[in-house]
Amino acid sequence: MAPAQQDRTAWLLLTPMISIMVLVTAFPLLNTLWLAFTDASLTGQGYVWQWIGLENFAYILDDSDFRAAVGRTTYFTVLSVSAEVVLGVLVALLLNQEFKGRTLVRALLILPWALPTIVNAVMWRLIYNPEYGSLNALLTQIGLLDAYRSWLGDPATAMNMVILADIWKNYPLIALIALAALQTVPKDLYEAAIMDGANAWTRFWKITLPGIIGSLSVAMVLRAIEAFKVFDIFYVMTRGGPADSTKTVSFFVYQESFTYLRAGSGAAYALTVTAMSGLMISIYVVMLVRREKRS
Amino acid sequence: MRRSLTATILVYVAVALFVASILAPVAWLFIMSISDANDLTTIPLRWIPEQPDFSRYARLFSLEEGSAGLTFLSALRNSVIVAVSATAIALAAGIPAAYSFSRYPGRMPLLYAVIVTYMMPPVVLILPLYKVFSALGLLNNVTSLIIVYCTILLPFVTWLMKSGFDSVPVEIEQAASIDGANLFQILTRITLPVAAASTGAAALFALLLAWDEFFYALLYTSDTRAKTLPVAIADFAAGRATDYGLISAVGLLAALPPVLIGFFLQKSLLSGLSAGSVKG
Repeated sequence: MAPAQQDRTAWLLLTPMISIMVLVTAFPLLNTLWLAFTDASLTGQGYVWQWIGLENFAYILDDSDFRAAVGRTTYFTVLSVSAEVVLGVLVALLLNQEFKGRTLVRALLILPWALPTIVNAVMWRLIYNPEYGSLNALLTQIGLLDAYRSWLGDPATAMNMVILADIWKNYPLIALIALAALQTVPKDLYEAAIMDGANAWTRFWKITLPGIIGSLSVAMVLRAIEAFKVFDIFYVMTRGGPADSTKTVSFFVYQESFTYLRAGSGAAYALTVTAMSGLMISIYVVMLVRREKRS
Repeated sequence: MRRSLTATILVYVAVALFVASILAPVAWLFIMSISDANDLTTIPLRWIPEQPDFSRYARLFSLEEGSAGLTFLSALRNSVIVAVSATAIALAAGIPAAYSFSRYPGRMPLLYAVIVTYMMPPVVLILPLYKVFSALGLLNNVTSLIIVYCTILLPFVTWLMKSGFDSVPVEIEQAASIDGANLFQILTRITLPVAAASTGAAALFALLLAWDEFFYALLYTSDTRAKTLPVAIADFAAGRATDYGLISAVGLLAALPPVLIGFFLQKSLLSGLSAGSVKG
């Protein structure tokens, strides 16, 4: 085919995808951008609005509640993602050992990953339940706890308990990725290292980790992007409470827009959150571009 | 490498702990679903109920007016309709797009732009979409969910299928092209069958993503006509005088299809994961 004709075919094949993406993503995105400079409210038909320039953003800069939500979301993201990576690598190393029933045990990693997020949230909420919960029963029966506690009702523990539930669901994915990466590390490297007298600890840092760090860092960035958007698990487990101690940025935008019906400032908050995610998303795209160039 | 006996014992102990940590929470969900409320509040807790009670599962499959079963079954129906339709649209538009990216290089920035939209927080789209659906009378309608799920599924399918097509050798297409086949024939009769495994994986992943989605469904639906399973489950869990056994039963039933698909996907799982299905 002639180059011009090729180009036409290429765009023709892209047309359905581009049209859908323009309608459901690009158009709403631009609309949000416009809304953020207005005082529009969500009530009634259409928007009643006035252009107020940067007022929404000026307010955000000064909003200590929002800053607190950003802090909580960062805490959630950093803590859960780093725990997921550490636990994921440890479990991958374990499941890479020889033992009976290894295929079956490895398949178990699928279970938490495939469990719907909402079901995971409900499951852990029931486990943490102050009266019915098995966590209280377990801890009192083995003598670690004197009396039943309300894990999610206490601002001191609620956030960390949700993080624990999130780790359980998401670390198996990191383990699966690490396990696959482990298969690509050449075996003879280990044999040579043993001949040189390197112990297991040195072998891990000098051979294993460098061999899996590539896939691991991609997975880590992806998880961090997802974790920063977190909403579902908090909606079911705590609704942002108690005393706002688990109110994340997505929850914040959701309330601003759909509880207080302030579309203008809701859009401004949403854009601010997106800009923060944008930082991590650009790291990810840089990783993709580099990978594409290598292949 | 030979392992010492101590090392072997340690490995088995660690594996046993791992297996227990994965299975115990789900097992507890099942126990709750067949336990009487009185059994669960006994201190110290009796872990295995004396009289297993499967009545909640029976209740969930009854269609009586105003029953939990009606709520559950409508949500199940809505979830299936939304997931299947959104996946079909995503494949129909995503396959040609992925083929274009794979066979006619030079438009990579566009693919990256699509990937970026896939990763953006949904909060940045919710208000305009809400207004449009409200103006079109599509709020509380599965149609709006099908449309909005395209923002998630379409970039994902395009991306996954592009790497699928990349691994199909161009030579076999050229042979068909010399024999006079047009592009549509080449794509449907040669490339897609060769890339059948990635197409199947992309479809199953898309179904899982749609099945799991909660945020848009919460915002754009309000009753049994359009609520999907995640929203119905959150409702069950939020009620005041809640039957914990019933919530557990609903959760387990909703988890069954994706978990089965997950095990079925095991082989092709990693290609999908590396393409960014790291939903949390």
